[in-house]
This record gives sequence, structure tokens and C-alpha cells, in this order.
Amino acid sequence: MTRFWPWFWALLIGVPIVALAAWGLQDNARLFVVTFLNGLTLASLYFIVASGFTLVFGLMRNVNLAHGSLYLLGGYLGFFTAQFTGSWLLALAAGFAAAAAVGLAMQVSIFRFMPGQDLRQTLVTIGLSIVFADLLMWAIGAQVHQMSPPPWLDGPIRNLPVIRAYSTYRLSLLPIGIVIGVALWLFLNRTRVGMMIRAGVDDRAMLAAAGVNVNLVFATTFAIGAGLAGLGGVIGAVELSMVPGEDTRLLLASLVVVIVGGMGSVVGAAIGAAIFGLAETYGLAYAPTYSVVFTFVILVLVLAFRPRGILGRPA
Amino acid sequence: MSAANWRRAMNMQTPRPVTTPSPASARLARDPRVGRFTFENPVRPRHLIALAFLVAYPWFATPFFTYQIGAQALALGLIALSLTFLGGYGGMISLAQMTVAGIAGYMVAIFGTAATDGVTLGWPWWLAVLLGIVIATLAATFIGWLSVRTEGIYTIMITLAIGVGFYYLVLQNYAVFNGFQGVQKVVPPTLAGIYWRDPTPFYYLALFWALAGYLFVVYLVRTPFGIALQGIRDNPRRMHALGFNVTAHRVAAYAVAGAIAAVGGVLFTWYNGLVTPGSVGTSWLINILIIAVLGGLDHPVGAFLGAVVFVLLQNFAIDVIDRERFNLVIGAVFLVIVLFSRDGLLGWWTALSARLSTQRGGNTWKAARGRSYAR
Repeated sequence: MTRFWPWFWALLIGVPIVALAAWGLQDNARLFVVTFLNGLTLASLYFIVASGFTLVFGLMRNVNLAHGSLYLLGGYLGFFTAQFTGSWLLALAAGFAAAAAVGLAMQVSIFRFMPGQDLRQTLVTIGLSIVFADLLMWAIGAQVHQMSPPPWLDGPIRNLPVIRAYSTYRLSLLPIGIVIGVALWLFLNRTRVGMMIRAGVDDRAMLAAAGVNVNLVFATTFAIGAGLAGLGGVIGAVELSMVPGEDTRLLLASLVVVIVGGMGSVVGAAIGAAIFGLAETYGLAYAPTYSVVFTFVILVLVLAFRPRGILGRPA
Repeated sequence: MSAANWRRAMNMQTPRPVTTPSPASARLARDPRVGRFTFENPVRPRHLIALAFLVAYPWFATPFFTYQIGAQALALGLIALSLTFLGGYGGMISLAQMTVAGIAGYMVAIFGTAATDGVTLGWPWWLAVLLGIVIATLAATFIGWLSVRTEGIYTIMITLAIGVGFYYLVLQNYAVFNGFQGVQKVVPPTLAGIYWRDPTPFYYLALFWALAGYLFVVYLVRTPFGIALQGIRDNPRRMHALGFNVTAHRVAAYAVAGAIAAVGGVLFTWYNGLVTPGSVGTSWLINILIIAVLGGLDHPVGAFLGAVVFVLLQNFAIDVIDRERFNLVIGAVFLVIVLFSRDGLLGWWTALSARLSTQRGGNTWKAARGRSYAR
């Protein structure tokens, strides 16, 4: 009997999705495939931003609600670096470094002094996000900044089957996301620092007792998590656009992704990002009025049946 | 856990002095974490002074101060009060309280009369208000049922997600909620020859409901239900072991808070005279949290204190700094309060009064009143 329920749920969810996909392919194959690619590439961006969020949360129980502001900061910094130097790779580095530096400063100057006070830390990040958002708007203004992709990724790829042409940059997001995901997985599972971080996720006190400088591990994790938000910002500056309000959007995307996928799990973030990205783009393509509501219905359903997310474990 | 923390934790385990059984009310009165008012001292002079000031306020304040500052702070304070009750006494920080208030506002607008054609049903105002509050309370119960499956900071995230989901629903739905424009001209009725949206009548209307909500919360936290809720806040496992239904108490707390927020939402909608998606957007969801935390979650009065500070900043930030920089001011004030006070403005007040009373040689347990965020 124990084997029954997983099959039941898989069929209950799988059959309608397969049926809808078959209808979509038969009805308008090009729209369906393009939407699929759009969804996956958007999911890739969501994954990059949300993996930083989930990393910080998993280790420190710190819900960094200023994560969206770090995304916006990285995006702006990347935009101006690209304008100044003309190099997209330098822009990526600058976005990562700027957000990582701010994240490090937050950890060293504030959160280190309130260990274990999750709620207070969260309130502080809310305050910081409001201040950051307004400072960025003050310094840079409310107009839209759109970065152009690097020349070697500009323009469409032609002569593809079914969909004929697709933006090279958007398609390249997919390998970028996969590379970052694999790198993060290798870092967490195959390196000494990664081992410490995983140990800290499981039992912070035991890690400290084993003689590890926990504050250093925390600072490293926070810098990497924040840096990933900044990196996502530079990537998003091309794919979406940089404008006040994007910080809230990406923060909410990260929230939904990690809630659906499970807090503190990088693989969960990947699954959550794929679900959220696909749901959002398919919703936009096939039922534009209710696309956002649709994604929140998914969130509510996942929570109702798996309160800790798909890959979540008890805290 | 560092060595110092470990030592502290070990020291806390030292056997406690055995307390002799005493009457329950006396024990409650001594416990700094259960309510603040006791049956022994229900009313103090400062309460009467505050009440006299609130009642007399419209007589010496200008209409601007009566309406924009006074009435708005009372309506917002009532919504924040629901969060103070949930967070301070239930240990659940919900960001969806403005959503519940917004649902009440939308229902009043949709069932009642408004200037937007094709959306409103034009039912009598009392029916619309009643339906609005009932539907909003049901919605709050549903939100509670969903979010009590999670704990602590998870709750913040899930209620934030639910709140934003509702925002997008009203933003994109034109058939029922009239989309981006919302519903215009949602005003209180003219009753007994008084137009209740004039500054002074509306102020008294808001004051009545704010006082009612305040006294209700003060009363409720002393009832068996309120005491059990505070027990669940402090140690859900122990309360479960004692035979209390933890989930039911939490969902009930959401329902009660929802009813308070719904009344506040109707008042706030009448105050604005309209209800739009913007009034349930992310910034307002967070503003309610700011108001509650600014004042302090330790006591119901904190919500109104925070609301007054918030409304004053909102109206006079222009004079301090640029008009556009209101968010910077409110964000900075919020940050300073969260960083330097254990419990908002009330935390500073308790610290101050504790210092004064120890100087006078008074009781010292007041110092322990300020509850830390870590629990």
C-alpha cells in the first residue's frame, strides 16, 4: 500500500500536464516550444538568485529579505561596469563582487551580533531592503536600464527545427545556470569549506565544537549567497531590465522558489525554479490575466501537502 | 554555539527554587510575560489621562490633524493591532494582515455602493460591512490554516507570498475587483444627520472601534484562550503534551486577528474613500509590520504608538528631507528601532521606567519585561 500514494499523486499531477502538453504541441508547436525554452531560461535566472538565498537560509536560518536589493545593486553595478569597460565578463565579476562585499558587510557588522535571533535578523533585512531600494533610486533614478548582451552572444540562432530562431543570449542562460548549479554542488559536496557549510546546516553547535571558526564559515557563505544575487542581477539586467521594483519581484521569486523547493537545498532550489519559471511563462502565454495567480496556486498546493517544500527537511 | 553561550545555557539549567503553590491570579500577576494589566490594578491615572486626551483631541486639533493624523493613525493602528496580537501573544508574524484588511475593504466596496459602475451590487451599507467583515475573517482563517503548518520565519515568507498573490489577483481581475483602478468613492453612510466621513465624526468612529479592539485584546489575553495562546507561543511542544490543541489555538488566533484587521480595513477604506490594488501591495503589507514593530509587540498599545509615529513621519518627512525620500526616513527609523531596542518604542519605555524604578528602589523585575526576539 505504501507504494500506492506516490503513484497516485504522480498520475494525478502528471496526466493532466502531459495531456495539456500534447494539446499545446498539437495546437501550436512553435509557441509551445518557445514558451518551454523561455520558461527554462527564466528558471535558470531564478535558480541563480534563489540558490544564494537558500544557501544563506540553510546555514544561518537568516531570511535575507534584502536579497532582492543585492540583485538590483549587482545589476546596476554590472550595467555601469559594462558601459565603462565594454566587457560583459568584467561586469559579471563586478556585480558578484559588489553584492558579495555588501553581504559580507551586513554579516560582519550586523548579523554577527544577533546570533540565533532569526526574527530580529529578518526584521533588520526588511529595514535594509527599504533603505537600499530608496538609496538606489536616489542615486540612479527610476528610469529603466537595459544592458545589451555581449557581442558574441548577441542576435538569434537561426535554422532551428520547429521554432526556427531563438535568442542566443537567452539560450546561453541555460548552460550558465547549469554550470553555476554544478559548481555550487561540487563546492558544497567536494570541498573542505563546502563540507563545513553542510555540517553547519546540520548542526551549528557541533561544528563549532569541532574547532571550526563558525563566524568565518558564516561570513563566507553570506558573501557567496549575496554574490550569487549580484551575479543574477547582471544576467537579469540583459534578460529583463533594471528598474526600481525589480528587487521585490526577484525577492518574491526567490521566496516562492525556495518555499516550493525546500529551504536550504540547492537541488530543491533548482526544482522550484524550474516549476516556477515554467508556470509563469506558460501562464503568460496561455492565460495572461491569471498567470501570477496561477503560480501562487501552485505555492499553496505544495504547502498544503508538503509544508517544508518538495525537498525540505525538518529544521 | 560558542563556549560562552554554552556556559550560559548550562547555568540556566541550575535547579530552580521550588515555588510554593499560590493562587493562580497572584502567580499571573507576578509573571512578567503574561499580559501587563492584572485584575489588581485595572485602571491607572495615566489611562484616564490618555482617554481624556483622545476624546478631547478633535476640539483643539485642526481638521487636518483630526482626520489625516488622528483618524488615520487609529485605523492603521487597529490593523497593526491584529498583528501585535498574532505576533506578540501568538508568536506568529503574519504579513498578510493588510491583505485581510484589504479583503474587507474590497467586500464593502463590492457589496455596497460606490462610484464605480458595473462592480458594485448596491446592497445596504450595514449588510455590506457585515459581509465584508465575515468574509475577511473567513479568509484570515484560511490563511491561518495554511500558514500554521509552518513555524517562525517560514510564516513570514508564506504570508508574504499569499499577500502578494492577492495583490496580483485584484490587480489583474477586472470582472470582480475592477483591476488597477480599484473601486472609487467608498464612503461611510450618512446616519442620524451626520456625514460620517467629516473629520470629527470619522475620528470618533475610528476612536470607538480602536478602543473596542484594544480593550478586546487586553481582555482576550487574560482569558484561558489567551493564556493558552501565550503558552503555545513560549513552548508549543509542552502545551501539546499538556493536551492543548496547538493547531486549533493558532488558527483561532488568526481568525480573531482577522476580525480585528477586517474592522480596521473597513475604516481604512472609508478613510481613503477608495480601495485599490496599491492598498494591498507589498509596501503596505510591510508597512503594517513596520508599524507594529516600531511601537512594540509587547503590548496592544504599541500598535497605536507605532501608527502615530508612522503617520507623523509619512506627513512630515517632506519637511525633514525631500518628499520622495519618505521610504528612506521610515526605513532608517525602523532599522534604528530594530537594531537598538529589544521591543520597539515600548522597549525603550520599559527600559526607562525600569531604570527610574530601580533608582527609587522599586521592584526590579520590570527590567525583565522587555521580551527579546529570541524565543
